[in-house]
Amino acid sequence: MKDFIIPDRDMGTPAVHSDTIVSLTVDGIKVSVPAGTSVMRAAAEAGISVPKLCATDHVSAFGSCRLCVVAIDGMRGTPASCTTPVAEGMVVHTQTDDIARIRKGVMELYISDHPLDCLTCAANGDCELQDMAGAVGLREVRFDPGANHFMQREAGALNPEYRPKDQSNPYFTFDPAKCIVCSRCVRACEEVQGTFALTIEGRGFDSRVSAGMESDDFLSSDCVSCGACVQVCPTATLIENKVIEIGTPEHIVKTTCAYCGVGCSFDAHMRGEEVVRMVPSRDGKANRGHSCVKGRFAWGYTSHGDRQTQPMIRENIQDPWRVVGWDEALDFAASRLRQAQSDHGRDAIGVITSSRCTNEETYLVQKLARAVFGNNNTDTCARVCHSPTGYGLKTAFGTSAGTHDFDSVDDTDLALVIGANPTDGHPVFASRLRKRLRQGAGLIVLDPREIDLLSTPHMGEGLHLPLRPGTNVAVLTALAHVIVAEKLYDEEFIRSRCDWDEFMAYAEFLADPRHGPDEVEKLSKVPADLIRRAARAYALAPRASIYYGLGVTEHSQGSTTVMAIANLAMMCGNIGVPGTGVNPLRGQNNVQGSCDMGSFPHEYPGYRHVSDAATRTIYERVWGVPLSDEPGLRIPNMFDEALAGRFRGLYCQGEDIVQSDPDTSHVTSALAAMDIVIVHDLFLNETSNYAHVFLPGSSFLEKDGTFTNAERRINMVRRAVTPRNGHEDWEITQMLANRMGAGWNYAHPREIMAEIAMTTPSFSGVSYDLLDREGSVQWPCNADAPLGTPLMHVDGFVRGKGRFIHTEYVATEERTGARFPLLLTTGRILSQYNVGAQTRRTDNVVWHPEDVLEIHPSDAENRGLRDGDWVRVASRSGETTLRARITERVAPGVVYTTFHHPATQANVVTTDNSDWATNCPEFKVTAVQVSPSNGPSEWQEEYRHHSEIARRILPEAAE
Amino acid sequence: MSDPASKLIRMAGQMADFFRSQPDRPPAEAVAAHINDSWTYRMRADLIAALQAGAKADPIVRDAVAFITLPQDVPRGA
Ligand code: SF4
Ligand code: SF4
Ligand code: SF4
Ligand code: FES
Repeated sequence: MKDFIIPDRDMGTPAVHSDTIVSLTVDGIKVSVPAGTSVMRAAAEAGISVPKLCATDHVSAFGSCRLCVVAIDGMRGTPASCTTPVAEGMVVHTQTDDIARIRKGVMELYISDHPLDCLTCAANGDCELQDMAGAVGLREVRFDPGANHFMQREAGALNPEYRPKDQSNPYFTFDPAKCIVCSRCVRACEEVQGTFALTIEGRGFDSRVSAGMESDDFLSSDCVSCGACVQVCPTATLIENKVIEIGTPEHIVKTTCAYCGVGCSFDAHMRGEEVVRMVPSRDGKANRGHSCVKGRFAWGYTSHGDRQTQPMIRENIQDPWRVVGWDEALDFAASRLRQAQSDHGRDAIGVITSSRCTNEETYLVQKLARAVFGNNNTDTCARVCHSPTGYGLKTAFGTSAGTHDFDSVDDTDLALVIGANPTDGHPVFASRLRKRLRQGAGLIVLDPREIDLLSTPHMGEGLHLPLRPGTNVAVLTALAHVIVAEKLYDEEFIRSRCDWDEFMAYAEFLADPRHGPDEVEKLSKVPADLIRRAARAYALAPRASIYYGLGVTEHSQGSTTVMAIANLAMMCGNIGVPGTGVNPLRGQNNVQGSCDMGSFPHEYPGYRHVSDAATRTIYERVWGVPLSDEPGLRIPNMFDEALAGRFRGLYCQGEDIVQSDPDTSHVTSALAAMDIVIVHDLFLNETSNYAHVFLPGSSFLEKDGTFTNAERRINMVRRAVTPRNGHEDWEITQMLANRMGAGWNYAHPREIMAEIAMTTPSFSGVSYDLLDREGSVQWPCNADAPLGTPLMHVDGFVRGKGRFIHTEYVATEERTGARFPLLLTTGRILSQYNVGAQTRRTDNVVWHPEDVLEIHPSDAENRGLRDGDWVRVASRSGETTLRARITERVAPGVVYTTFHHPATQANVVTTDNSDWATNCPEFKVTAVQVSPSNGPSEWQEEYRHHSEIARRILPEAAE
Repeated sequence: MSDPASKLIRMAGQMADFFRSQPDRPPAEAVAAHINDSWTYRMRADLIAALQAGAKADPIVRDAVAFITLPQDVPRGA
């Protein structure tokens, strides 16, 4: 779907919510608006655009330019319409002789200090200063050129007021010569993004916008490159480099960010098939017009030179790749898969999908395993991140999903953030939360590391419980212990929504002193007093919400931790009303969707077990083949079975298991033991080093489909450019399936969604027509909820009564000792995404050129390490080397790193420990030793060598 | 890295650790139900075989064997 550019109308000031409605007249037109609305916005509601420069509805009004003056009957002078609130019966005139004269004067002043190079300016055609000059009828500028900011030289001398362009940010340019000091950017950085990187320095003629300290540029300042300031800048002062390079866009394609689980809606601004810029959609229900550096700017990977666009095959993984046509590649893949099955049995092959793929792609891949391979060997990388969320929440509440939408954060009085680092992992959610914190909501953080959220400006103080990695269950159970001991629970809620006797049994379990703060302090190193204060704060806040991330799930007790979280929310009645809830922050864009779509080996779409005869009958009827009722292999089990020689073939779509799964050497030896590994991806990723077939994939800009974000919101992904590889990914899966006799004939992803809706009760109302109409919907979406469900469990839990599950702390087997005395925990950073395959191929690398190991000063000193030294990190699985960063953000005894770069391979050291219920790997706790090093480990050298050999491509034969 | 059978026993042991403290049903049955739901029949057969061959395991895991199901055509035990 292509829209012409109809810029979202800027209403001048933000919408106001009020139950009182006020009526007024603007230029003779009657209009009614909520009390507190500005006269400017009321005029806009009446269809009248009052000229303005410093006002925009992205940020609160400031009233500095005086261009928006109006006359109001009975009021003296000419008030600024952006800062004047409406009143009942007001009579407003937006154009009088006086006003016209004032406005011309204002514009004349602005223009006298502005270069008049409009024809060659990057904002030409998209500049509010130009528009306003036209709107006020400016025809001459009477001031003599005098002191100004824009001329580099005057009469041969350097102009002391001139500042050169700041091009330090790779994605946008700041040209102070064009700045009108409207302060929109400063307000956007504060109010929308919450970073406070910009200030206006000086006064009057001397005032100018500055990033950070005077010595800073944008790159060295606190700026996180979210782009909010660029979006609101009315001139070419802050502008995307792509616009400078290409020119203004001519049409828009609405789509969804393919990075994190926030699922921001974007308007792809296009010129032909070239993306000019990605602008966060104002009507995006997850992001409300905001974005982060990844979605806004880091899409250059889609046209990166490393992108492979042709299928390739090889006999052995030591051979160089041979570029072939689609037919040859697919025939080769299909016959090897069938061969593996005939040699080793029906169960000898399987599929892995990625939570980066669309719902429709994932659905087809799991259908390939179930209906075409005839087994249930399908899994998704959600296994390695959020599988415990699915299991834990389904057990407690009855659905495998978060309870609330992101809008709910606007109503929360306290946020308990557990094992998540939203400013880096889920930036737009973090901005929305920080806004609420600045309004006075409380904050409790349960994390081994002092995350940035704690240091952002907010009213009051955030509580930080710096627990030892692996003790989540102990600390959460201790919180429950305090709440029960001090009778802070919500008895009415528990009696009506849960089972009172069951709660009493849990209360009895909790009462044991082993769950008390004093005992738990010994294990977790969190002071007992802090545990008590946190418990009281959570229980006493009228509306308290819980947001959690992979620091909860990626543990041997991941599922138990999710249940402990559910218990806390239920006992305090924090379910079913806005501002509360249990909300997993999903890592990748479609973690929720890939789980919903039945990519787990034991569940059909909609979380229905493969042994459930009724569901199986539905699919047997629709797919026309008998289906297996036996659960299939999970990812880690696939590797074990491969090493045992029983699992021989794998189709891996969009997922780089070699880099993202724990215990890398285990994974690579498993892959090396297989007869056929098919990698379907944009790049020759690390897994492709062990593959026999490479099928080039299409990027999110090149295909239609849907992603489901962390709030269960189904968002549209729309094709903006033709796939460089010739096919959308779902077509490739279909071609492979048909080579194996499937006989599928989907013509468009909308037909796949229709099949999903037909077979899955919670999706029965979903269709592309509905999504086009509504923008997005949150499942369940069916006859009971035709427009979807923003809030779950409002009147009762999906499973009936909420369940209290006992949460005994069991120490992980991964313990520190003399050989491995430190605990390694892993995480993410803002500018990079997952294994970095995409972000490493963009200019985002300026913020994160390599992974580093964070280590506390005392641990560093013991080992004679200095900041920036190469260090060796060794665990019982393996060892790797990287540079050290000495910081007090981590506690003594704990070290921290990210895993965005393949050269580091942090997963060489992670172990095969996993969650008891779901086998989600224990990424967050590995016992390690750290010592000085002078270069790459033996494993790194070997791996590099194999990578070089395995990535060779034979030159194509000349025809 | 541990051998496949002891890995299965370790995973079952982790389940036992969880279900041991749940009041609603006998832990051995709960462990078996979880295994039946989420393991392939081969993994289930391997676990049974290992335990029958005398591998050490949590008593709950040993008791769970009686409740672990296998498809009809798969022999029970080594
Ligand atoms: S940079 Fe743009 S938004 Fe900021 S003050 Fe200057 S003109 Fe206004
Ligand atoms: S890009 Fe974002 S963080 Fe950087 S200055 Fe602009 S608004 Fe602030
Ligand atoms: S990465 Fe996440 S927060 Fe950033 S733009 Fe994409 S969806 Fe939004
Ligand atoms: S727009 Fe109202 S004072 Fe600038």
